[in-house]
Amino acid sequence: MNRVEIHKEECKGCRLCVDACPKHCLIPGSGINNIGYQFIEFESERCTACGICYYVCPELGAITVHKKDKGETP
Amino acid sequence: MIKHQKPRAFFDTFERKGPGQKNTHYCPGCGHGTAHKLIAELIDELHIQDRTIFCSPVGCSVFAYYYFDTGNIQCSHGRAPAVATGIRRTHKDSILISYQGDGDLAGIGTAEIIHAANRGENLTVFFINNAIYGMTGGQLAPTTLIGQSTLTSPGGRVQSRDGSPIGMAEIMDAIKTPVFIERVSLATPGKVMRARKVFKKALLNQVQKRGFSFVEVLSPCPVNWKLTPSRARRWMEEKLEPVFPVMNFRETEDLKINKETIPPVLKGEDLLNVFRVNKDQLHPPKAKEISDQFVKISGFGGQGVMSAGVLLANCVIAEGRNATWIPSYGPAMRGGTANASVIVSGKNIGSPLVDYPNVLIAMNLPSLNIFEEKVLPGGFIFINSSIITRKVKREDVKSIYVPASDMAKQGGMLAAANVIMLSLYMLASKVSDIQTLKKVIPLSIKKKEYIDVNLKIVDIAIEFYEKNKDAF
Repeated sequence: MNRVEIHKEECKGCRLCVDACPKHCLIPGSGINNIGYQFIEFESERCTACGICYYVCPELGAITVHKKDKGETP
Repeated sequence: MIKHQKPRAFFDTFERKGPGQKNTHYCPGCGHGTAHKLIAELIDELHIQDRTIFCSPVGCSVFAYYYFDTGNIQCSHGRAPAVATGIRRTHKDSILISYQGDGDLAGIGTAEIIHAANRGENLTVFFINNAIYGMTGGQLAPTTLIGQSTLTSPGGRVQSRDGSPIGMAEIMDAIKTPVFIERVSLATPGKVMRARKVFKKALLNQVQKRGFSFVEVLSPCPVNWKLTPSRARRWMEEKLEPVFPVMNFRETEDLKINKETIPPVLKGEDLLNVFRVNKDQLHPPKAKEISDQFVKISGFGGQGVMSAGVLLANCVIAEGRNATWIPSYGPAMRGGTANASVIVSGKNIGSPLVDYPNVLIAMNLPSLNIFEEKVLPGGFIFINSSIITRKVKREDVKSIYVPASDMAKQGGMLAAANVIMLSLYMLASKVSDIQTLKKVIPLSIKKKEYIDVNLKIVDIAIEFYEKNKDAF
């Protein structure tokens, strides 16, 4: 399944990915990470693994984008 | 499968504040992280991680060396292109990335970037323009927009008082040598992807040794603009991009400057030729063991203290030993004495400075006044007694009085008093053979008509030495 993995301790909650995601898969969560930022959560099955969130994210390693393997059910 | 993840060109952890840390020091929504990520991805893609040297600036990106797992050097404020130039001279195949902010590049380092571009150095410069001094808390930068309020322009930038925003890409475009100039923006995902393409071209140019590439990156600084990260992106499109048009300025295929034509660095014999010292011509006598000499030659400008020092150093080098020569420099010389320091040694010489000479050649009175007390006990003071009327006060040094100016005048050239003094010092100390001096003079004197008179003056000095041997 296509999936965006948010490493919550690296997220600074700037919400650029929330604005950028064309499928609205990313939403500000209610949790707060150890640094004190309200990190973003991934909650959708509409993700196409386009990678836009990865590119707009200003953190170096906060986002990993997984694309579904061939033959895998979406 | 993983489609996008942290590029390998980054370290796993960024241990700036203790082990295990994974996030950057950048504020939420900062453009630096995005720019870093694009560069790191391309370093992976082009397989250049093991030969990249990242030249980080002073500014928020000063800590880039905590993030990039490449070669790193953190440069003085604004000097990254100059530092990269220096590295380029010795590392022909390295990939040099000069990553600078607008305060660094357009403010403090204006000279460095312009001349690096003008030389067409094979570098890639990423210029992160956020229209403000970010690291120091948001002061007016050269790129600040008219009307933009900053810490130091609280009422907004006013052209008549603060000047206009500088378009560095436009300035680069006025220089002939860069091969690639483009301005990109990080305002929208589409523009970020465009930036990635441009970054790749700029890096490829360097990999292919094509020359100087300049990428200006309009980048958000939400904290200092006092906007949310997303509002900052909109502000870029509304305000920043109209002033700094996002466009390509140059992409040339026409490469008239072939980097391979940079003259090679001069070595050994070539250097001797440049300085007109030819070892073979001189047939040097066997070098004698002579204790190290710390010579200070001092006088007023025009007495030839500098050239006397050069002649001495050249003679010593021609005989196969080591010598350094360094002039006193700049304001210290204005209206006072000029002096040159020469060190002679059989070993390698470290610092060329002479604070406490064991030989002082004083050509005028102020020189004697300044340096008399500094001569080491047991040292020599050679005094131009034509001009200096007083005697040396010290009793623990050997003083030799020579009417050098008078003798030079008799020989037909008043300005050659320096040669008289130098000859006598050589004859007395045996630091170098006087015949070596006679061979070095024709190689060192630029005006050929003065060669004969200088050689004649050496003979006058020899004559004086023979007559007054006891005084030495």
